[in-house]
Amino acid sequence: MISTQPRALRPASSPVVRALQHGDIPYRGVIALSALAILGLVVGVGVMLWIYSEPTRVAAGWSFVVETAWNPVGEVFGAAPFILGTLNTSLVALIVAFPLGLGVAIFLAELCPIRLRALLGFMVELLAAIPSVVYGAWGIFVFIPAFVQPLGDFLMNTFGNPSRFPFLPILKGPFFGASTLAAGLILAVMILPTISAISRDVLLAVPRAQREAALALGSTRWETIWQVVLPYGLSGILGGIILGLGRALGETMAVTMVIGNVAQVSASLLSPGYSMASVIANEWGESRTPMYASALIEIGLLLFVTSLLLNIVARLLVWSVSRRNPDAGGGRA
Amino acid sequence: MSTPAARRWTGAAARERKRRLVNILMLGLTGLATLLALVPLAWILAEVVARGSSALSVEFLTQTFKPTSLGGGGIWHAIVGTAILVGLASLLAVPVGILAAFYVVAHPNSAMGLAVRFGTDVLSGLPSIVVGLFIYTVLVIERGYSAWAGSLALAILMLPVVVRTTEEMLKLTPQSLREASLGLGAPEWKTTFSVMLPAALTGVVTGLMLAVARVSGETAPLLFTALGSNNLSVALDKPMASLPLTLFKYAVDPSKTRNAQAWAIALVIIVLVLALNVGARLIAMWRSRMMR
Amino acid sequence: MGQSVSVTLPVGVVAPPLSVASTAVLGAASGLSAKMKLDRMSVYYGAFLAVAEVSLPVYAHQITAIIGPSGCGKSTLLRALNRMNDLISRARLTGKIWLDGEDIYAPQVDVVDIRRRVGMVFQRPNPFPKSIYDNVAYGPRLYDRIPKSELDEMVERSLRRAALWDEVKDKLKESGLALSGGQQQRLCIARAIAVEPEVILMDEPCSALDPVATLKIEELMQELETDYTIVIVTHNMQQAARVSDYTAMMMMRPDRAGQVIEFDVTAKIFTRPGDKRTEDYVTGRFG
Repeated sequence: MISTQPRALRPASSPVVRALQHGDIPYRGVIALSALAILGLVVGVGVMLWIYSEPTRVAAGWSFVVETAWNPVGEVFGAAPFILGTLNTSLVALIVAFPLGLGVAIFLAELCPIRLRALLGFMVELLAAIPSVVYGAWGIFVFIPAFVQPLGDFLMNTFGNPSRFPFLPILKGPFFGASTLAAGLILAVMILPTISAISRDVLLAVPRAQREAALALGSTRWETIWQVVLPYGLSGILGGIILGLGRALGETMAVTMVIGNVAQVSASLLSPGYSMASVIANEWGESRTPMYASALIEIGLLLFVTSLLLNIVARLLVWSVSRRNPDAGGGRA
Repeated sequence: MSTPAARRWTGAAARERKRRLVNILMLGLTGLATLLALVPLAWILAEVVARGSSALSVEFLTQTFKPTSLGGGGIWHAIVGTAILVGLASLLAVPVGILAAFYVVAHPNSAMGLAVRFGTDVLSGLPSIVVGLFIYTVLVIERGYSAWAGSLALAILMLPVVVRTTEEMLKLTPQSLREASLGLGAPEWKTTFSVMLPAALTGVVTGLMLAVARVSGETAPLLFTALGSNNLSVALDKPMASLPLTLFKYAVDPSKTRNAQAWAIALVIIVLVLALNVGARLIAMWRSRMMR
Repeated sequence: MGQSVSVTLPVGVVAPPLSVASTAVLGAASGLSAKMKLDRMSVYYGAFLAVAEVSLPVYAHQITAIIGPSGCGKSTLLRALNRMNDLISRARLTGKIWLDGEDIYAPQVDVVDIRRRVGMVFQRPNPFPKSIYDNVAYGPRLYDRIPKSELDEMVERSLRRAALWDEVKDKLKESGLALSGGQQQRLCIARAIAVEPEVILMDEPCSALDPVATLKIEELMQELETDYTIVIVTHNMQQAARVSDYTAMMMMRPDRAGQVIEFDVTAKIFTRPGDKRTEDYVTGRFG
């Protein structure tokens, strides 16, 4: 029987008790904890790496960064070959990936019919979904023999011979496939989706009114893009490049499998090299002594700090473009 | 018009042609760039399928490790290992990620809310090998290589993806739902769980799929945590095999048998990763069509 | 001003459009030539008819205003004149638009050239985030490699004609965005003038500006008339009455298409309009 009498309202109680009854306090506590966990992780990674790299940090100080000899047996640990190797491969990757990535972004944002835009964009992003180790295997067995080897041979024979002109020391042999060039090219493929996706979003955020103003003055489409749209979105595009650079710095497996893993400082792109992430991955198993392990961890600390800084700069840049205008527009409607 | 300036325009026919040419050329180059960008994708997929399918077989998928002298065996141990590592990582990352997203959506403009958003971005940009080192210092030094450690490392990598997709989905759910629930006197946590989360559910699921796709192929962090193994094991406190680790080992192995097996593993991983990515995208499209 | 010949339509639901012949009688009587002519021009978005069969002349060195209630297609009509509708992929045009006797939609026509000759000023000022100098110099630089001294002269000339020179001559290197709304709009006018157009289209140029800035721009329009042909879309009737020589009244038909229902000398439209709907609109009875 349903009671027809009105139910009594709950007796009054203090707000705290009510909140507890409703479960709000535990709820708010739990989500705050989870949020803190994220912050704690970021800080924690830095702290732990700092602590566990202490032996080499204290022993060598800043000279760790500039020492070019890496001799674990003789307990000489210099990070310079790896820092330079990482920089070289990342630079090669950026030089190749930036124009290509920007071109893709311009095509997708300004020229491509809308229906194709999502599909093509998705396919380019799939490049980022392929795991690093698969890129590495493809690099060893397919890309190097079929592309990098012939390319490198050609470059070495044309520009790498000191007795002929023009001579570019950067392309001096000997060349055996596994090299800074190979790693740089594969990295370029891996960071291209990052650069193109961010640049595309930046370009789409440029207000339609800017494009219309340029076109109404009689600009061609390319002139509109090159002289008005790109400059408008420049800081955001720069942010995308920096994020791509950040990715390139930390890539491990693909680079390890194709760079040759020789700890030397060489001027030539065609000689084997070594990157920060690769040396950690490769030599971890052999690091018997505390100093050896600490050296590798210190390299990891350097990677952490660099990626943190790059991330901050990049996010600020990307954020600054989208903040500048309320309305966003595209090229072709 | 007969001003000198006007005559300038009509007299510059050659320059007009040049502008038109440059326009067509540069626009064509961007199309070319797009084609060029897709070449590696097609190439890698083609090679993986071609080389991987020859070593792929039911036996390969269901047997565990055997030395090459005995035929090479299969990767069942690695499949189980990856499933355990990724499954455990998901169990860790999803609740924490969702809860953190709730926090961010509830306090969008507070200092802490912004800090968490920023922290998520930083985490997503960290090299995965650094994450592996971190877990090593925290866990492995004391207790040795284990599946726990591997899962933790993968969970950290999954967190930013889960947080970001959950956050975006929650932001898209109409405020009117939330207000209706609160207006009826429901407490905050109930509103979130019974009303907003189901509305954001497909988003959370796609986020999970993308996060799983991301970590299924991760090798570097596992080098210092789960270490990899040749044995079939479900012990969480011992080293555990995984597909990408095995791929790496077999790819750099001098034996041709192992190399062929590496391609087969690559095929398995690629199929998994692509299926998850495409699936997530399809679900998102289906969902946005339902919303209209 | 020309001899006023009233060309109106019978008060019907869907009325036949004005013909070029009937409207041309107007200006021809006073010796004016038509810089541009619209001949049964219609604009479609996909299958939807947005502007129906407009035929009217745009007389050289006159200001022609297009007025009418919101949503009746005035901007669409205006944008057809410099082919800005081309940017919308589903937009189609039937009929013809003549500029000095050439069909601007003919296949061999270079749309870039049309847009130089028919310039546009937009509703909201949209200067580039470049310096004032670079904003004005943008157009000329597209067309030729101009020596700096000549470019300086062109920039000064355009800014003077836009009545902005005195206010910015000492800060040409500053960003165009640092100017007030009214100044930004005059900068956009200077920018448009710099490519020496023959026609200037203005799409509600003062709707985002305060009354003082609006007045300045209206004075500017009267000065520009001597050198250019101006077509202005405005929802401000007083502005149309103050500024323009000829006015076209547009209305939305029941099938949502916009149509020009009356075109005449401005004074006539506002004092003795021929069509009742025009009279209702200009006297504020609706709209």
